[in-house]
Amino acid sequence: MTNLLDVEHLKQYFPIRTGFAKTTPLKAVDDISFSIRHGETLGLVGESGCGKTTVGRSVLRLYEPTDGKVYFEGTEITRSNIKSMRRQMQMVFQDPYSSLNPRMTVEDIIGEPLDVHRMYSNSKERREKILNLMELVGLNAEHATRYAHEFSGGQRQRIGIARALAVNPKFIVCDEPVSALDVSIQAQVINMFEELQDKLGVAYLFIAHDLLVVRHISNRIAVMYLGHMVELADSDELMDHPIHPYTESLLSAVPIPDPETARHKQRIVLEGDVPSPLNMPTGCPFRTRCRYATAKCAEEMPDFTDRGNGHFVACHVK
Amino acid sequence: MENNSVPKKRPFSLQLDLSKFEPATEEEKRQQDVMSKSTTFFRDGMRRLLKNPLAVASLIVLLLVIATIVIAPMIVPYGYEEILSVNGRRDKGAKNLTPFEYSTAEKKYIAQGNSRFPHIFGTDEQCRDYFIRVVYGARVSLFVGFFASIIVLIIGMLIGSISGYVGGRVDLIIMRIVDIIYSLPDMLMVILLSVVLKEVLTFKTGSVLASLGTNMISMFIVFGALYWVGMCRLIRGQILSIRENDYVLAAKSIGAGSARIIRKHILPNCLSVIIISTALQIPSAIFTESYLSFIGLGVSAPMPSLGSLANAARQGLQSYPYKLIFPAAAICLIVLSLNLLGDGMRDAFDPKLRR
Ligand SMILES: Nc1ncnc2c1ncn2[C@@H]1O[C@H](COP(=O)(O)OP(=O)(O)O)[C@@H](O)[C@H]1O
Ligand code: SF4
Ligand SMILES: [Mg+2]
Repeated sequence: MTNLLDVEHLKQYFPIRTGFAKTTPLKAVDDISFSIRHGETLGLVGESGCGKTTVGRSVLRLYEPTDGKVYFEGTEITRSNIKSMRRQMQMVFQDPYSSLNPRMTVEDIIGEPLDVHRMYSNSKERREKILNLMELVGLNAEHATRYAHEFSGGQRQRIGIARALAVNPKFIVCDEPVSALDVSIQAQVINMFEELQDKLGVAYLFIAHDLLVVRHISNRIAVMYLGHMVELADSDELMDHPIHPYTESLLSAVPIPDPETARHKQRIVLEGDVPSPLNMPTGCPFRTRCRYATAKCAEEMPDFTDRGNGHFVACHVK
Repeated sequence: MENNSVPKKRPFSLQLDLSKFEPATEEEKRQQDVMSKSTTFFRDGMRRLLKNPLAVASLIVLLLVIATIVIAPMIVPYGYEEILSVNGRRDKGAKNLTPFEYSTAEKKYIAQGNSRFPHIFGTDEQCRDYFIRVVYGARVSLFVGFFASIIVLIIGMLIGSISGYVGGRVDLIIMRIVDIIYSLPDMLMVILLSVVLKEVLTFKTGSVLASLGTNMISMFIVFGALYWVGMCRLIRGQILSIRENDYVLAAKSIGAGSARIIRKHILPNCLSVIIISTALQIPSAIFTESYLSFIGLGVSAPMPSLGSLANAARQGLQSYPYKLIFPAAAICLIVLSLNLLGDGMRDAFDPKLRR
């Protein structure tokens, strides 16, 4: 059985004007490889600006990748087959306000994918499908004719999820779908993502900058830093035995419910700022803030290697 | 990654004690669902507009003005270029009458038991009914204002959306042209262009264009050539900012093509701004038209316009001040109420003022 999604050496550079008639590539995503299995959730964490959103969008070809290949169920995604691939892969956006067109009713927003792919034979069938989707995400059927601005953030996000589900996708990129919501609503929405996965068997690339959220929903977790993937492992393994110094510091910042353990925990505070992606450090991208950095780190980029049981790390020292 | 079994998930780590919560009753759930009455964007905007007293007052004034200029020519038995006559004979005494005054010939005519429609605004120095001239002047001014704005809208929308949607070098070149036109002193350009076009343009007599008059046509050309730049910039800016919204990206990720994205997502979202700025363009076009007519470059005689009427009134200003007051008041009334209405529309419909 092949993987659902294989991403190989994905690169996404944005040309940035740095002077008159001069552009410098901004390496938002630089050489990333990973796979996602059928029905799995891969969590993707990292500080804001490290390129998580860009990974999600390049995988879905919302940006034309600079380099690298993406395979969906073994078929390479190209410019020519992207239209049919859009029925398999969808996206839920971070901002529940700007991701819904304020001039469209809920019905038309959820129905748009159906319209684009002509997935119904008459308007009755269209309406039925829309109402089913609304029920699936916990929206009231009476809300079908309302406009998006009449809803709360949580409900808007549900509309966005229903739109993504309309084409029956096998894979959804969830780009920080809860970070704009109240904490109490976050739990509801995350639970809904899980229920939908159980029901429909859809796989997620679940992006978040919050490890707490990601560890709850993910089977595996990937950690990104400055456009590079630095660690990837099963979520238990990553939480209990982080290897990369950056993951270590991220985990040390996660609150621990048990006060006894918390007391013995040491918090690693990173020094300095994230370097600009326009001006990457040589060698390991994390070396300017790493407390284990050696001379080799400045010269050579560490390889992303398997340390056993699918635990991938990119570090020379650890 | 040959191991395809899906690893176990962790239990949810937020510390919530579910036993402390009780399920919501059906009643409570229903209360959650009751939302304010659904309103469409248009109805919602109209409601806001009708709450604004200034906008409502301007709307009423405008409707009255429009009703007057439509109905008055049907009721008043005089033409705008008709020199008054009584019983088929030219009424030489009907010169510079004050409002509601009758000439000697007319008085005699009435005394014979006939009825004569009053000269509501009096008459001018060529024995023409002044009221009907002001009415026609307002007609011409509104017509010019409206069509000039439509011309500006069409040119601006076409070029602006190309500039915004295509982007790149095309955008760069268009924007530099816009900058150049913007930097020209516009009144000077308007005057120069009108003078030149007035000389250059000739039309076959009897054609539609000829009946409009060279001056009117040259005025439209002037508006089209100079004032599209504002609309163009506005629409380009709108498209650029709307394109950045996630819902456009969402439509792309669904597989929607450019045509659908423009039609369903971009245009509906800049429509209100386009309508509002067109509405605000009308009074400014009327103002420019009046100004041009005032300095003698506007519509050609005997067709009156509010500006040329005001200009003609200058000569007898000391004896007949009301001749300036009527057209000037009409300009003020129309321009002011259009502006106030446009402002009210912006407040009511601009999506940026609310969330
Ligand atoms: N369309 C774009 N053009 C230029 N730079 C971009 C674009 N999108 C993202 N970037 C840059 O790429 C980097 C990664 O951004 P993003 O993927 O949004 O990060 P994250 O989602 O992790 O916060 C940032 O430095 C951002 O400024
Ligand atoms: S490679 Fe060196 S700098 Fe990079 S994380 Fe490892 S120890 Fe730190
Ligand atoms: Mg992001």
